[in-house]
Amino acid sequence: MLVRNRNNVVVTGREGGPTLVLAHGFGCDQQMWRHVAAEIGQWAQLVLFDHVGSGQADPAAWDADRYASLDGYADDVLSICQDLDLQQPIFVGHSVSSSIGVLAANREPDRFSALVLVTPSPCYIDDETYRGGFTRDDIDDLLGSLESNYLGWSSSMAPLIMGNPERPELGEELTASFCRTNPAMAQVFARATFLSDNRADLAAVSVPTLILQCAQDAIAPPEVGAFVHAQIAGSRLVTLDATGHCPQLSAPEATAAAITSFVRAAYR
Amino acid sequence: MTAAAGHDPHGQGPDDHRSARPSEAGFPALLEDNLEDLYENAPCGYLSTLLDGTIAKINGTLLAWLGYRREELVGRRRFSDLLTGGGRIYHETHFAPMLAMQGEIGGVSLELRTRDGSRMPVLVTSIVKAGSEGQPQLIRTAIFDAKMRRAYERELLDARKAAEREDERLRHLVGKLQRSLLPAVLQTPPGLDSAAYYRAASTDQVGGDFYDLFPLVDGRWGFFLGDVSGKGVEAAAVTALARYTLRAATVYNPDPAAALHNLNTVLWQEYREDARYCTVVFGILTSTTAVGGFTAIIASGGHPEPLLLRADGSVHYHPTKGRIVGAFPNAQYTNTTVVVNPGDTLLLYSDGLTEARSVGSETADGRYGAAALARFARSLAPAPAAAAVTAIIDLIDTFGTGLTDDTAVLAIGAPPHRY
Repeated sequence: MLVRNRNNVVVTGREGGPTLVLAHGFGCDQQMWRHVAAEIGQWAQLVLFDHVGSGQADPAAWDADRYASLDGYADDVLSICQDLDLQQPIFVGHSVSSSIGVLAANREPDRFSALVLVTPSPCYIDDETYRGGFTRDDIDDLLGSLESNYLGWSSSMAPLIMGNPERPELGEELTASFCRTNPAMAQVFARATFLSDNRADLAAVSVPTLILQCAQDAIAPPEVGAFVHAQIAGSRLVTLDATGHCPQLSAPEATAAAITSFVRAAYR
Repeated sequence: MTAAAGHDPHGQGPDDHRSARPSEAGFPALLEDNLEDLYENAPCGYLSTLLDGTIAKINGTLLAWLGYRREELVGRRRFSDLLTGGGRIYHETHFAPMLAMQGEIGGVSLELRTRDGSRMPVLVTSIVKAGSEGQPQLIRTAIFDAKMRRAYERELLDARKAAEREDERLRHLVGKLQRSLLPAVLQTPPGLDSAAYYRAASTDQVGGDFYDLFPLVDGRWGFFLGDVSGKGVEAAAVTALARYTLRAATVYNPDPAAALHNLNTVLWQEYREDARYCTVVFGILTSTTAVGGFTAIIASGGHPEPLLLRADGSVHYHPTKGRIVGAFPNAQYTNTTVVVNPGDTLLLYSDGLTEARSVGSETADGRYGAAALARFARSLAPAPAAAAVTAIIDLIDTFGTGLTDDTAVLAIGAPPHRY
C-alpha cells in the first residue's frame, strides 16, 4: 500500500519553502488546518495528511491493534517523511498529534528540525500530583458519546466519508464529512489518545520546540501547557488569546503568526 | 403553560375547517402566544452563546432542566461547562470544530450535567448567527430532551452488540468445525516431504474442501483431496461423510478406484435428493525406498488433474478420468499410476485456485485457469512440497477478493538425491 494513499497525503503551499508537516488531532482530519494552511502556505511547503482511521485515510489500512497505541501513529508519521524524502521538516502537531510528534522525534532525533506543539497534553487523566483535567470516568463517558453518535455514521454515509481520496479539492461533501469518522475506529483512537501517558517522553525532546496554548481550553488547560514547557528544555511557550482546543479554527491568524515567527527565528 | 395551551386547533366551531384557509375565528387565541413567552417556555431548551461559548441568553425551559438560576450561568459559564466530562471532550474535538467549519451542526447526542449532578440525555442543534457583513456573531443552540430516545437507542446498541457477539460466536464455531474436518497436523510419510494449505472463502460458512494424508497398516499411505458441492452446514455433513467413508474404505480394500466407487454409492444413496456430490482425487502411495521416490495409484472422480513438478523443471498434469462422485448411480473409476522420482513433487488442489477471478486472466470468463497454473508451477519447479505450497499461498494472496471459492492444496514430494 502506498503511504500517500494510506494517509491521504496532500502536499501544498510554496515549493522550495521550509517544509512543515501538519498533523491533525483526535476528532477531525487535515481540513482542520485549512485556514492556517492558507496563511503559512504562502511561504512554506505543507505536508498534510489524515491519520489512519480519520478523514479520507484508506479504511483498508485500519488495524485495531496497530492503532491502539500512539506508536502506531508515530510510525506512520515517520514513514510519510521517509516516503516523501522530506529533509528535516518542522513537525506541527495538534492536540494528541503533539504527543505523536514527540514520540516520532525521539525515535529518530535527526528527523525533524523543530516541533510545534499546538494545545498539547501529554496526559489527560489526573493523578496525585498532576492535573490533566479528566478522570477515567470522563473518558468512559466520551467513549459512550462516540457510541451514541453512531447516528452520524450510517452505512450510506460511509462511502461519502471514507471514499474517493483521489479527489483532493474541498467540496461540499468533504465539509459534510468533516469530523465524522467510523465510530469503531474513533473509539480506538480515543482510547489511545486519552489513556496514554507521555509525560516521561517530553524530557527526551532535543529539537527546538514551540508550545502553543489557548488562554481558555477545556481540554488542555494552561497548567498543562506550562508542564510541557517545563519538561522540554529550551522550549518556547506562547499563549494565544483564544478560546477552545482548536486555535486553528478559533484564531487562525494568530496561530499562523505564532508559527511563522517561530520558524523565521529557527531558519535565521 | 402558554396562552395557547389547551386550545384545540380543530375546535373551530361552526366554520368550515376543511377550507384551505383557516378561519379567522381561530386566530385571536393564537396571537396571544407572545414571542417572548414562546421563547421562555418553549418545549425545548434555547441557548445563545458568544463565539467562545460564554452563555449570553438562556430560556426558562433549559434552566428548569438544569436546576440553575439565570444569574448563575449568563456571562459566567460556557456551554461546554454544562456537559459531562466526556461530552466536553466530544464538544471540543467534534462539535465546536464542525460548527466553526460548517456554520451549523445538528442532531448531536450529548448529556447535560444538571446542578444536582444528575445527567440528562439531550439532542443538540446549533447554528452560527452571522452579522450583516457575514461575520459570525453568536451561536444559537436548541436542545431537546432525549431521555426516551436515548433509552431506545441504548436498546438498539445493545441489540447490535449482541448480534456482533453472536457473529463472533458463529465464526468461532465455523472455524472449529472447519478444523475438525481437516487433519490437525499433517503427517508425512518417512523419507518424503508434504505440505498442505486451506483457505476458506468465507469466515462465517464452513467450506466444502477437504484433504488428508494418512498411514495404512502395511507401510503404504493414503491421501485424498476433494471438494463438496455447496458450503455451509449441509456441505460440512457431506464433507465429514466423504472423509470418513474414504478412510474406512481404505482399511478394508486399499484400492482408490474401489474407494471412490464405494463413496459414490454412499453419497448417491444418502444425498441424491439433495443433489449433494463431490469431486475428489484419491491415491495410495508406496515408497520406493531403493530409489528414494514413491509410486502412487490414483483415481479421480471429476476433480482437476493433479500437477507433477519434475526435478528437471518440467511440469505436467497427470491425466485422470472418472465422473463426479455421488451424481450418478453406477459411476466407474479407473486407477492410474504416477511415479514420483527424487526431486519431484505431486500437487493436488481444488478448483478454488483455478477458478479464482484474477487480474490479467487470459480465460474468456476472467478465471485464473489451468494453463496459468501450469506456467506458475513451471516457474517453481523443481520445488519441495513446502516451497510449492508457500508459493501458492502467495499466489492466492494476489487474488484478493477474486478468490470466490474455498481452496485446498496438498503437496507430496520426494527429496532430491543427496550425493
